[in-house]
Amino acid sequence: MEKILVGLKRVVDYNVRVRVRSDGSGVETDGVKMSINPFDEIALEEALRIKERGEASEVIVVSIGPSEAQQQLRTGLAMGADRAILIESADPVDPLTAARVFLELVNREQPGMVLLGKQAIDNDNNQAGQMLAAIWGRPQATFASKVEIQGSTATVTREVDIGLETIEIDLPAVVTTDLRLNEPRYVKLPDIMKAKRKPLDITPLAELGVGTATAHAEVAFEPPEERQKGIMVQDVAGLVEALKDKGLV
Amino acid sequence: MSKVLIIAEHDGATLNESTAKCVACANDLPDTEIDLLVLAKDGSGVAEQAARLDSVAKVRLIENDANEHALAAVLAPQIVALAGGYSHLFGPSTTFGKDLMPRVAALLGVNQVSDIMSVQGSHTFKRPIYAGNVILTVEAPADLPVVATIRTASYKSVSATNNAPVESLTDHTELPQHTRFVGLSSGSSDRPDLQSASLVVSGGRALGSAENFALIYALADKMGAAVGASRAAVDAGYVPNELQVGQTGKIIAPDLYIAIGISGAIQHLTGIKDVGTIVAINKDEDAPIFEVADIGLVGDLFKIIPELKDAL
Ligand SMILES: Cc1cc2nc3c(=O)[nH]c(=O)nc-3n(C[C@H](O)[C@H](O)[C@H](O)COP(=O)(O)OP(=O)(O)OC[C@H]3O[C@@H](n4cnc5c(N)ncnc54)[C@H](O)[C@@H]3O)c2cc1C
Repeated sequence: MEKILVGLKRVVDYNVRVRVRSDGSGVETDGVKMSINPFDEIALEEALRIKERGEASEVIVVSIGPSEAQQQLRTGLAMGADRAILIESADPVDPLTAARVFLELVNREQPGMVLLGKQAIDNDNNQAGQMLAAIWGRPQATFASKVEIQGSTATVTREVDIGLETIEIDLPAVVTTDLRLNEPRYVKLPDIMKAKRKPLDITPLAELGVGTATAHAEVAFEPPEERQKGIMVQDVAGLVEALKDKGLV
Repeated sequence: MSKVLIIAEHDGATLNESTAKCVACANDLPDTEIDLLVLAKDGSGVAEQAARLDSVAKVRLIENDANEHALAAVLAPQIVALAGGYSHLFGPSTTFGKDLMPRVAALLGVNQVSDIMSVQGSHTFKRPIYAGNVILTVEAPADLPVVATIRTASYKSVSATNNAPVESLTDHTELPQHTRFVGLSSGSSDRPDLQSASLVVSGGRALGSAENFALIYALADKMGAAVGASRAAVDAGYVPNELQVGQTGKIIAPDLYIAIGISGAIQHLTGIKDVGTIVAINKDEDAPIFEVADIGLVGDLFKIIPELKDAL
């Protein structure tokens, strides 16, 4: 195949303990470390490996987000992507609008595969990939832990609740990544320098000509109910007694 | 009035427990009428089980060879063809529902409400975001169908004392051929199912090897418990992926969860928020798992597990 499109979402780093703003109006993101969504990094790594095996010729990273998402795209370029596209939107977009943006880029770039993370770790929605496949009328292979390409088809192993499912899909198609697909490479300093010269195209979302979907209204943000710290026991006998007290054994 | 269509999850023979939990969630909507949809190759057995679930008005059954395996691209158009007249379309937040329902939502031109944990009104729901560190209340547009997945750990299955009618339908939509099932490998065992078990023993990176993980299995077997694991234990190859508990694994709510050699990363804790009693066994007294554990024991798991097994 010629091209692979990869989505890179800018999200709060997975190590940050996220808090609700004191006025409940949203999540505290000021001064918080931002990173590429971990699942998207896995998607990019897989695209790069497919290209390195000679099964694709160009890897394009795409982000829909604020101007600052250029940082994540530059990281993607440093990892080895060939070029980057930022669809700039100061406000976050809903999953269906994101899928429509990707469909527009699919129509322009005609990729053989779109690789996305199975979910973004901010909204945990797990929707965009399936939605893109639906409106594109193409196959979806979600939660992938193995991707093998045979010309115009791909065989994908998926992590499902009862084990591993294998499906065969015709290309082009959408693949969403699970954690065990690969381990993303580290970026090396010379690659960061090289990435500065790679093309990064910026288009405002409003100029893309994509109809936005109706997002759900975000009515309230609140912290979860905290579990209370319980008791400490000294030994196995104490543990068994505590379990018996609760009628659990 | 809310007219709800719930997409039944099954393996061809048995209705998955997740379906009865979706019914429980739908029951929380104001003034509901609930239909279940079974898409199968030979679905009469599953439809019969579905018809027993309380609160179900009727079961709709589409039998088709193409429905032998649950391929989202094949099932979604059949669901969309029936969607007219329903205000809500629900599926479980299992890998089945997570794969399928967004495809349905997109074909209907709406966003999905993922992982409903509580119903606040016909179009208002609570759902966890940021690995459960934040609870968001969302309101879906009142003039569009609500497509949603249900966080099964938040609901108790409805009982099965009903006898709802089963209606067989023929589907005339053209189904795609571009997605084909190849195979399923499952580490299925005689042990209780992790998602529905009332007792779970779970092991982490500290086990150190697949051989050592046998300690966890032995304790679980003694207790009649299901086995779970942290991502680190799965990544290291000690156990298969279907045992992972957490943000990106299974969200579970057993009465008792024993976490052994698991540090308690937020991504893991989000999978056990609704557990009745959490027991933590860890050699590091500062491990974050102790912050949420109901009963904590500091010590070396290699010494504690055999002792515990003998004491039970
Ligand atoms: C996007 C993303 C998604 C993730 N999703 C999940 C998920 O769904 N589920 C999940 O679990 N993780 C998930 N993680 C990973 C998570 O962040 C942690 O890395 C993981 O949970 C750690 O597993 P662990 O507790 O087994 O290992 P560690 O954190 O290494 O903890 C091992 C613990 O064992 C203790 N220990 C060591 N030796 C002994 C001994 N002899 N006796 C007793 N105790 C001992 C140590 O004190 C330590 O607390 C995710 C991460 C990311 C980035």
